Amino acid sequence: MGLHFYVQNALGGLAYGSLLFLIASGLTLIFGLMRIINLAQTAFYLLGAYVGLSLVGAGLNFWLASLAAGIVTMALGLAVYSAFLHRYHADPLTSLLLTLGFALIMDDAVLWRWGGDPHSIQPPPMLRDSLHFGDLVFPVYWLAVIVISFAIAGLLFLLLQRTMLGMMIRAAVDDEEMARGVGVDVNRAFFVVFAIGAFVAGLGGLLGGPITSAYPGLDGELTPLAFAVVIVGGMGSLSGALVGSLLIGLVNAFGKALFPELSYFTIFVPVALIMAFRPQGLFGRKT
Amino acid sequence: MTARLRWIVVLAGLVIALLLPRLGVPTFYVSLLTQTWIFAIVAMSLDFLIGFTGLVNFSQAALFGVGAYAVAIGATRFHVTAFVPVVALGIVSAVVTAAIFGLVALRSEGVGFIIMTIALNEIVWGLAYQWVSVSGGDNGITGIVRPAVGPFDVSANTGYYYVCFAFFAFSLLLLMLIVRSPFGLVLKGVRETPRRMRALGYNVWLYRYLAMVISAAFAGLAGVLFAWYNQFVGPVALSLDQSTQILIMVILGGIGTLYGQLLGAFIVVFLSNELSAVTQRWEMVLGVVYFIVVMYAPGGLVVLVPRLWARLRGRRAAAEEP
Repeated sequence: MGLHFYVQNALGGLAYGSLLFLIASGLTLIFGLMRIINLAQTAFYLLGAYVGLSLVGAGLNFWLASLAAGIVTMALGLAVYSAFLHRYHADPLTSLLLTLGFALIMDDAVLWRWGGDPHSIQPPPMLRDSLHFGDLVFPVYWLAVIVISFAIAGLLFLLLQRTMLGMMIRAAVDDEEMARGVGVDVNRAFFVVFAIGAFVAGLGGLLGGPITSAYPGLDGELTPLAFAVVIVGGMGSLSGALVGSLLIGLVNAFGKALFPELSYFTIFVPVALIMAFRPQGLFGRKT
Repeated sequence: MTARLRWIVVLAGLVIALLLPRLGVPTFYVSLLTQTWIFAIVAMSLDFLIGFTGLVNFSQAALFGVGAYAVAIGATRFHVTAFVPVVALGIVSAVVTAAIFGLVALRSEGVGFIIMTIALNEIVWGLAYQWVSVSGGDNGITGIVRPAVGPFDVSANTGYYYVCFAFFAFSLLLLMLIVRSPFGLVLKGVRETPRRMRALGYNVWLYRYLAMVISAAFAGLAGVLFAWYNQFVGPVALSLDQSTQILIMVILGGIGTLYGQLLGAFIVVFLSNELSAVTQRWEMVLGVVYFIVVMYAPGGLVVLVPRLWARLRGRRAAAEEP
């Protein structure tokens, strides 16, 4: 277990963590704004992976396919949001159960359409190489995922910090009633945030496909990780989601390498530490 | 309902429950009813927490599953198979798990508590799923044998039905006693106005913690019965879906009613079994059922039916007024 072991797992963990960010960013923003615990978020990821792989199979370019997959999950998410969820954002338990029912429906639809066998997903041809540094092997695609996820994080930060819409969203997070009082269209902010969450997760599905592959039950395996990210980072904080994702990605990678049978349990350690010393999360605010 | 009517209903229910397996009901339904008693216990344990303490615990399946896994691991590794020691082992395992969960999850309140318990449940599920050398991973643990209860052999379905029914009746009585005790009244106070209770000098955290631990004892008991019932334990028993199904039972049965959980468990057990017999897409149908339940029966059927009745009567009364 030399330096090589640590570098390899650190890089793998960062790649996996940056994928987690694509799921957790939506989870934390939707929660921070609407108090909706969206358990369908990882199902969006799974659906995105399957839709994407079908599109790639039909001959579409990988990047365009992932955009299209994101648009499909976004459309689906918005349909459910407008038809049912929007009535319940003051009611966390009801909305949570609705998103879970929706996740069950999506899971089963995926199983119905694509069957139970795992599908492996190839990265785009130009990114199939690996980088070699001595013993160290690092797939170029991992690097690409890290870069893309950081780019998406950057865009989300710009949106939140530098645009009028982002200002409205932040105002609604801080004090929904006051924001409504001064004329902010909070309902539109809700709609946009839900759309972003579903889009980024669906897009992440195909992007992450070459790393996680796609199989029924993948969403259930990602859920504990995504929740750990949100708890560690602080509910509602985008910076928290980014830092939390990388941290959980690293813990998960080293956990899997060192204690292969207990890797979910290793995630419990940062979660318990955070709850003990900073219950609101690294970047969360006290409520 | 007058007190006398209530006693008549309870007695009639008791007689029916005791006679059912003797009335020529097919074994399949006896077995589903056995499952109903078991799930009613775990649903009541969650209802005790939600209805009387205000804590929506999504890790109830983890506690239930820990009880079940304790039976399986105890039997296959340590040869603990006698009736009383296994029940004790299951309950103690669930209680210890809840005592750890409580330390972590009760640092937050409300929605934060929900998110924490979801994460905790998922972590325990991950352990069961991945720790193959102990839990058997996805394949679970098979070969659990029902022990004799004293002189009675309960390996047949009918005998086991009575074991589960007895535990259900015992749990219901015990929980009702707890809820009506001074301790139960403090819990209600904590649910309604934690701040006022704090000002009155009650240790709100401690009461919530104790409620979690007590609730876990019943969840663990149900888990033990479930392991014996299936003679198999797999990670599905402690999945988030399982936690949600328990919660759906509680919502259907009516939060804060305790005995209503029997109805909730009955509906969910029969529905999911009948559905899986009729269609392969039962999971999808179950998802739709979640939608219908939370949108149209959030107060539970036990509350919904009297309310509809009252509305009907109210309308009639209004029509009679000049």
